[in-house]
Amino acid sequence: MNLSVQIGKLRMQNPVTVASGTFGYGAEYARLIDVNLLGAVTVKGIRLNPVPGNPTPRTAETASGMLNAIGLQGPGVDGFIKKYWPFLKGLKVPTIINIWGTTVEEYAEVARRFDALGGVGALELNVSCPNIKEGGAQFGTDCKLLSQVVAACRKVTTLPLITKMSPNVPNIAPYAKAAEDAGSDALAVTNSFPAMAIDIHTRKPKLANVTGGLTGPAIKPIAVKLVWEASQAVKIPVIGMGGIQNADDAIEFLMAGATAVAVGTANFYEPQTALQVIAGIRDFMEQKKIADVKEITGSFKPQK
Amino acid sequence: MLEQTVQIVANERDTDSYFKIVLRAPQIAPLVQPGQFAHVRILPLRDALLRRPFSIYQVAGDTFSILYKTVGKGTDALARMRPGEELSVIAPLGHGFTVPKAGGEIPLLVAGGYGMAAMYLLAQRSPQKGIVFVGGRRRVDILCEKEFAAIGWEVRPTTEDGSHGEKGLVTHPLIAELKRTVAHRKVFACGPTPMLKAVGKIAGDFDVPAELSMDEHMCCGVGTCLTCVIKVKSGDGWEYQRTCTEGPVFDSREIAWEAQP
Repeated sequence: MNLSVQIGKLRMQNPVTVASGTFGYGAEYARLIDVNLLGAVTVKGIRLNPVPGNPTPRTAETASGMLNAIGLQGPGVDGFIKKYWPFLKGLKVPTIINIWGTTVEEYAEVARRFDALGGVGALELNVSCPNIKEGGAQFGTDCKLLSQVVAACRKVTTLPLITKMSPNVPNIAPYAKAAEDAGSDALAVTNSFPAMAIDIHTRKPKLANVTGGLTGPAIKPIAVKLVWEASQAVKIPVIGMGGIQNADDAIEFLMAGATAVAVGTANFYEPQTALQVIAGIRDFMEQKKIADVKEITGSFKPQK
Repeated sequence: MLEQTVQIVANERDTDSYFKIVLRAPQIAPLVQPGQFAHVRILPLRDALLRRPFSIYQVAGDTFSILYKTVGKGTDALARMRPGEELSVIAPLGHGFTVPKAGGEIPLLVAGGYGMAAMYLLAQRSPQKGIVFVGGRRRVDILCEKEFAAIGWEVRPTTEDGSHGEKGLVTHPLIAELKRTVAHRKVFACGPTPMLKAVGKIAGDFDVPAELSMDEHMCCGVGTCLTCVIKVKSGDGWEYQRTCTEGPVFDSREIAWEAQP
């Protein structure tokens, strides 16, 4: 049975990684699970310089999901390399580093720095964070800017580039195509959905940032549709994510067209989820006599 | 830190809206340090997915317990669970209190409401007995008085309505005690944030060290999500630190109170 998949030049021993921002820098969950069993570790977004992040409260529970507006708090490239890279580079599985910037030049500079570092599995370009004023989603919701970011990073690195797409567009196909044409090796679909919640007793927003991003099982059906649409628009692989809680959810994303999947919010409440998903995919393949996980990708039947 | 499915041994009303739940957790119980917490997934909550953090109250044999107040759907659902049912627990978590050494500083404990429970292990494991100041709105909000007395601690209760102990705020008898003497005294506190802020200021005014267990909204509990951050002094400014990992117990002098929201 073959569970391994290929994301550009990046080989994953199985199709399951974790979503950026839900797994810290890997070491935090290494105390609870064997991270070497994952397909890859994806770390929280890094820009050139340290970022303090948004005021609190930064998250709020909602029905079958949660809102977050962390504001990409992070240590910057140097802080990350010093504090977190020694652990990650010692892992048997590749690390996908999520990067962002407030200008095209900054994206490229961060990409260049990680290319020079050596040993990085892939770079995920975060052009879709809804919780920061500059950078993030503004690049993911403008085809021209999106192309510029991807092309600028492409120029400075041979590392696999995964563009993390914004769900906040009327039709994802042209954006997916723009990322592919600019040299992206894969797409990550999708990021959180802009949303908000109000405390009716205080009449205040539940997040200090007022709005945030909705994640968790609540968004799964929307994410499955986006994965289907994006994967039809491009030839490059898609990593599907959005509310995956178990292997059935993951298989649904694969059938919709994803080559790999990422477990996100579920890590927060059930750190074993990613490993359970891997075991469950294996069980499903055994049961259905599927020899290669790639046979599942895009295998759903839209016609009756 | 371990993630385990644990069985409820007992789950009974303590007083008013306060409950004590006892969990059989033979591998977790021996690891617990005073001031640490357990992150609990309450499966009957269904579409409310996130874990709830609770300070650990007592450790006995292969069990540990939690004292909680029913304040919302999580704790309401927890209160309806029965012995024999199971919970998923990640524990023990966080950086707890520094247990005083024999012959060291005399601990003065300050607790608000169920903050009292978070200080029980500290009192029990401290070779140095001290005084515990406990405050609440009404008599029913004063918890664990007997339990602290049973391990040789002097308890000085205060209630805002005067229904038990001294009438007023818990900080009043603390100030009176510190006015009497500050030599070899150290303050430890757990309770609502305004109380912690007041206690931190009093400790500073009297130049007495203080450790405060901070209460912040939490999500993952293990340091990844960056929900539960507070501002801690760093250089000329501040930086965010995680209540779940660098805390919940912080040295009062490190907290950048003026920068908190």
